Amino acid sequence: MPSKTEAFFGSVGRRVILFGRDVHYASKIINDAFYWTFVSPVKGKPVRVRATISEIVKAGYNAVPIVAVISLFVGIILALQAAYQLKRVGALIYVANLVGVSITRELGPILTAIIVAGRSGSAFAAEIGSMKSAEEVDALVTMGINPVRFLVTPKLLALMFMLPALTVFADMIGIFGGFLLSTTVIGIHPYNYFQQSVNALLVKDVMTGLVKAWAFGIVITIVGAYQGFKVEGGAEEVGRRTTASVVASIFLVIVFDLFFTTLFYYFT
Amino acid sequence: MSAAMENAIEVTGLRTHYGQREILKGISISIPRGKTSVILGGSGCGKSTLLKHLIGLLRPTEGKIAINGRDIAAMDEEELNGVRRKMGVLFQGAALLNSLTVAENVALPIREHARLNESTVMIMVRMKLDLVGLSGFENFYPSQLSGGMKKRAGLARAIALDPELLFFDEPSAGLDPVTAAGLDDLILKLRNVFGMTIVVVTHELPSVFTIADYVIMLDAGEVIFSGILDDLRNSQNERVRMFLERRPETRTYSPDDYFRFIVGD
Ligand SMILES: Nc1ncnc2c1ncn2[C@@H]1O[C@H](COP(=O)(O)OP(=O)(O)OP(=O)(O)O)[C@@H](O)[C@H]1O
Ligand SMILES: [Mg+2]
Repeated sequence: MPSKTEAFFGSVGRRVILFGRDVHYASKIINDAFYWTFVSPVKGKPVRVRATISEIVKAGYNAVPIVAVISLFVGIILALQAAYQLKRVGALIYVANLVGVSITRELGPILTAIIVAGRSGSAFAAEIGSMKSAEEVDALVTMGINPVRFLVTPKLLALMFMLPALTVFADMIGIFGGFLLSTTVIGIHPYNYFQQSVNALLVKDVMTGLVKAWAFGIVITIVGAYQGFKVEGGAEEVGRRTTASVVASIFLVIVFDLFFTTLFYYFT
Repeated sequence: MSAAMENAIEVTGLRTHYGQREILKGISISIPRGKTSVILGGSGCGKSTLLKHLIGLLRPTEGKIAINGRDIAAMDEEELNGVRRKMGVLFQGAALLNSLTVAENVALPIREHARLNESTVMIMVRMKLDLVGLSGFENFYPSQLSGGMKKRAGLARAIALDPELLFFDEPSAGLDPVTAAGLDDLILKLRNVFGMTIVVVTHELPSVFTIADYVIMLDAGEVIFSGILDDLRNSQNERVRMFLERRPETRTYSPDDYFRFIVGD
């Protein structure tokens, strides 16, 4: 029997090796996804246009109602919270600045990303995972069709396009929510609120939000695909991987948010 | 004729592992060209694993897998795709893509490998579906088909590009005897009419005696028999006889071994 120390180092070693393999596998998926999305179409292997459109509808268009409702509410909540503080210093008109800036720079992208991670990231993992366990992925390989090109590229393109688009939409609805509350409950004149918002918002604010949204789209697709392709067993593992994909993509979205926010703080 | 021409597939010293566990223990087999070879063996002996190596889905730890004289174990993905063009595979669960219709499934390999206009593709698809007896089901989704129909559709997809080599993993598993016999007929037809080299993994004895020209039997990762059907019937090997006569495995422990086994030492 191995001694306790041996067993300890053995288990640490095994974990490091397994982790190394995971990292290797993840980087392979990232590499393949970018190759089949950006490089191979140039070399004459076109992306699947119809599948991409169908993913755009599923991941983007169908998410419009829930994104609308959530950003409207968050806009209203934000205006209320801002008014609560600003009222004391008699600067209620600054509600417009606070709502506008925090929604475009931060809340629009992150809320959209979390909604999409929950809706589409999980769906990607479940779809690819169940195809893996039904040998459909193997079947694609034996037909000479790269599974990443077939399955991941349409999803990646869809989210890279739809996450910024949904974010613009969320920004507008969120600001409208703040406007609605401020002009009715708080009693700011609509024209003043409008003017104040326009002056407060910089193109830069909106753009940084959109860059973030674009990156979040990539993160969500890759995490979903990675978890899906990792499925080896049956339905039970598909469920586990689906859950894991939501947790991991929300976590990574926040990590990337921190990264980009820090970057933009110093460099814009 | 040289051996490489006579045999479509030549496997030498194939060893494979899942993690630490050795599954195939250095097996060497040949698959004759233009014949139907059946890979037989009990559950878990490594039949599907062998098949996955033959179609290049898994890479061996050691050994050579020569298809038409070229070792696929040493090929990169791109070369392998060239070889795969000449192969068709029917997986155990048919492995049709559920998001596509039957016709789109059959069209997948055609669209991938050949630049043809849409009407030509559809003609080819209808030909293949007719061959497997599924005319009229073009626009059905896999979820709307029965198990036997799914297998037929999977077969239509496997032969879409008129492959030289056709692989089946348990074609008759989970089918009623009549449907299974129908599938066996199709396999015979493909060999006789198109001269395909066919490899079938199965453990259904009736179907072995109908379709097989050549039989390879595995047990615990080793080849215990390979030869023509008549030799199989006359084989004196104990494990082969047990399989053919459907005798249950009776494992007997010595009292000492049994004691060691139950205390888990
Ligand atoms: N993905 C895998 N990871 C680890 N071990 C595996 C995997 N697939 C199969 N095995 C193991 O390899 C052995 C051979 O499996 P294989 O699927 O080749 O058997 P089989 O002969 O096809 O059996 P069956 O007739 O039941 O389909 C089994 O003992 C199984 O436990
Ligand atoms: Mg099997």
